[in-house]
Amino acid sequence: MGLPDILFYVFAALTLLCGLLVVANPFSRSPVTSAMFLVLTIISLAGLFVLLNAFFLAAVQIIVYAGAVMVLFVFVIMLLDLKEEERRHIKAFGFVTGVVSVGIILSVFLKSIGSTAKLALPAAANATTAGESDTHALGMLLFTKYTLPFEVISVLLLVAMIGVITLSKKDLK
Amino acid sequence: MQVGLQHYLVISALLFATGLLGVIMRRNLLVMYMSLELMLNAANLALVSFSRYNNNLDGQVLVFFIITVAAAEVAVGLALIVALFRKRQSAHVEDLTSMKL
Repeated sequence: MGLPDILFYVFAALTLLCGLLVVANPFSRSPVTSAMFLVLTIISLAGLFVLLNAFFLAAVQIIVYAGAVMVLFVFVIMLLDLKEEERRHIKAFGFVTGVVSVGIILSVFLKSIGSTAKLALPAAANATTAGESDTHALGMLLFTKYTLPFEVISVLLLVAMIGVITLSKKDLK
Repeated sequence: MQVGLQHYLVISALLFATGLLGVIMRRNLLVMYMSLELMLNAANLALVSFSRYNNNLDGQVLVFFIITVAAAEVAVGLALIVALFRKRQSAHVEDLTSMKL
């Protein structure tokens, strides 16, 4: 078992553990701890992206998610006074429906994963591990084949910005 | 054992299940939103691993777009939550029953 395999197990365990702590933390029910564990989940997912040779996406993941999105979350938690949340308990009904539906969907997932073909790493992909990464090819693809979606997504960001400014006006009709 | 596509897909499925559990089980809007982010990230992981093992970069471009859309979605959703909290003084789904029959 090489170093990449060991790193895979480390990052995978960290991702799942921190993801579980986002959802159900036995020690603290405050949204702030959930947010902090979400940061850890995102950083270990970026580690998995690096193991998959997606260096650019790992950087974007950390900058956009762990940077921008989490700052938004923490700011909103600060704006809202959520003291009362810690006194509420998880309802047994919600817990049972959650576990049952998640169990059903997970069994479907795992069955279909078990029947997927065992793909080996392509030889060409192995050759590009050092030096030149996929980032160059990704940029070429983004600005040739996917130019229109790229421009549309910039319009979407503008629309989201205007929407957020409108929504946060003081006298919302 | 050599780590292969299946390993990444299992991690992705488990992470998605964790997010789904959070959306169903937790009643706080902010924590439900964070669980939604977990589910999006699980889909991203599956896409990146498919893209790596099929030696096809289109999956990574899709992940790039998903991250952008998720950022926009978080901004709008959190603005909605703040607007809702101003009106109702609560970020708890059980207190938001005005559309109930």
